[in-house]
Amino acid sequence: MSSATEIYETEPLAPRRRSRALAHLLNNPVALFGAALVMFFVITALLAPLLPIPGPAETDWAAVRKAPSAAHWLGTDEIGRDVLSRMIWGAQASLLAGVVSVAIALGLGIPLGVMAGYRRGWTDAVISRITEALLAAPFLILAIALAAFLGPSLRNAMIAIGLSAMPIFIRIARGQTLQVMTEDYVESARAIGLTHGAIIWRYVLPNIFPPLLVQATLTIATAIIAEASLSFLGLGQQPPAPSWGSMLNTAKAFLEQAPWMAMWPGIAIFLVVLGFNLLGDGLRDAFDPRES
Amino acid sequence: MLSFIGRRILIAIPTILLISVFVFFLQKLLPGDPVLALAGEDRNPEILAFLREKYRLNDPLYVQYFTWIGNALQGDLGISLRTQQPVLTLIGQKLPVTIQLALMALVIAVVIGVPAGILSAYRKGTWIDWLANILALSGLSVPNFWLGIMLILLVSVKLGWLPASGYQPFLEDPLQSMRTMLMPAFVLGTGLAATLMRHTRSAMLGVLKSDYVRTARAKGLSETTVVVKHALRNALVPIVTVVTLLFGELLGGAVLTEQIFTIPGFGKLVVDAVFNRDYAVVQGIVLCTAVAFIAMNILADALYRVLNPRMRNS
Repeated sequence: MSSATEIYETEPLAPRRRSRALAHLLNNPVALFGAALVMFFVITALLAPLLPIPGPAETDWAAVRKAPSAAHWLGTDEIGRDVLSRMIWGAQASLLAGVVSVAIALGLGIPLGVMAGYRRGWTDAVISRITEALLAAPFLILAIALAAFLGPSLRNAMIAIGLSAMPIFIRIARGQTLQVMTEDYVESARAIGLTHGAIIWRYVLPNIFPPLLVQATLTIATAIIAEASLSFLGLGQQPPAPSWGSMLNTAKAFLEQAPWMAMWPGIAIFLVVLGFNLLGDGLRDAFDPRES
Repeated sequence: MLSFIGRRILIAIPTILLISVFVFFLQKLLPGDPVLALAGEDRNPEILAFLREKYRLNDPLYVQYFTWIGNALQGDLGISLRTQQPVLTLIGQKLPVTIQLALMALVIAVVIGVPAGILSAYRKGTWIDWLANILALSGLSVPNFWLGIMLILLVSVKLGWLPASGYQPFLEDPLQSMRTMLMPAFVLGTGLAATLMRHTRSAMLGVLKSDYVRTARAKGLSETTVVVKHALRNALVPIVTVVTLLFGELLGGAVLTEQIFTIPGFGKLVVDAVFNRDYAVVQGIVLCTAVAFIAMNILADALYRVLNPRMRNS
């Protein structure tokens, strides 16, 4: 057994904390309810092509703006498309936007944050000032401005949201790395001559993971609302591709004649965002029981 | 205190400069030649060359940046392509509308969020706490533009109680102005109320466990006096700073709220500018909101020191 693995084994914090957190999470019915909500939407979105529903762009001119019925469970829209089908396909856009934008934020935020916290000095000063500058612009205004400059599409909306959400991850990753760097096991790893890459991979990343996971879960919720907001404004998913935000945008014009068109997408956004928020809160309590 | 604020302003200057660099280069990232957009249908090479010269687009990028930031420092953020008005004038015109909306939303948020947070902390673990938490999380999860649409459907379309849109300047008819703003302010305020409730609850929980609250109780003071005079007064410190920091959320939320209720404010200016490719306005707005946000941060820190005597001498 190499000395590095010995150090890992004498450093019980990360693995033990993880199993204790998992047990805590599994004992939290509210967080489990959140997880179930999220799973429900993920499974429905994934199964969309297999479900016995009309295509999301299939129009039925004989059934324009029809109230919910046995034929169309959630009614039809202004050109006779099945609202349920568009909701289910729209779930793909919303979840994809949530996950991809947070992946962008994490993918850029973790390396920058860890680099700032690990190297300190000038690197830290520069990265921290840029982070502060980005944090100074309100999240949604920054996302709208970026989406406007990049051009309206779901892909660009995801990039805009991801970049706007990035600074918070840089800040967390940096702060956590600074803290981990003061631990004895990092000191020992340095003493035995491990490379920077190895130290970061084996000791820093596993230990800064919990707060980043909590933040990522909560940010998926924010990102889903942000994508819906951008699509509502016409800066996200473009018609006729379905998205909950653009469905709400269209529905606004038919509030009196077809209120169901506005109701369902909003309820779906609310439930999926609530799911991620409950799960995020649960994860936070699980990793840091003092907070609960 | 003044030296504290002065120091914070000095620290903020590099941050603001960085934002300005970011905002400036945002436009340079745009695909396509801005001069072609300016010239419209006219592709006469002489006119294009004239426009390039006029907007100094032939200068190196850093020269262009310094010209732009130099003008910005003198209050010249450029001209709106759409309305041909100076960007700063436009922002100045729209801001009062949004400030009224934001203030009303803030009042609603404080009136709902703070008492709910106090009650929830005081009755920790009971059904009241549970209900308040569920409501707060729901408030955070509901997209405010959808809440706005639903309220229009219920309050305006079905019940006919309040107008669905329209704006009345406050100085012309204050009562009617408040009436038209009530629904948008409620929509904007609910999300903030949820944030505020959670912060108030956690601040109160900390304070209620403290020694001085136990001492106040031991002295035989009534529960109302203990909670309001001793606990709340101390819990207010973090709450006030949170309110100041909600500014960014308020502005972001105002964009959508104003869009739904067709209120001619700052948020609507952003959306209109975005759709008309009025980039000078978008740049001006991002720069102004960032500067305002930093100012609010400094204000929050200053308030924190004023309200918390222990911080004053540190």
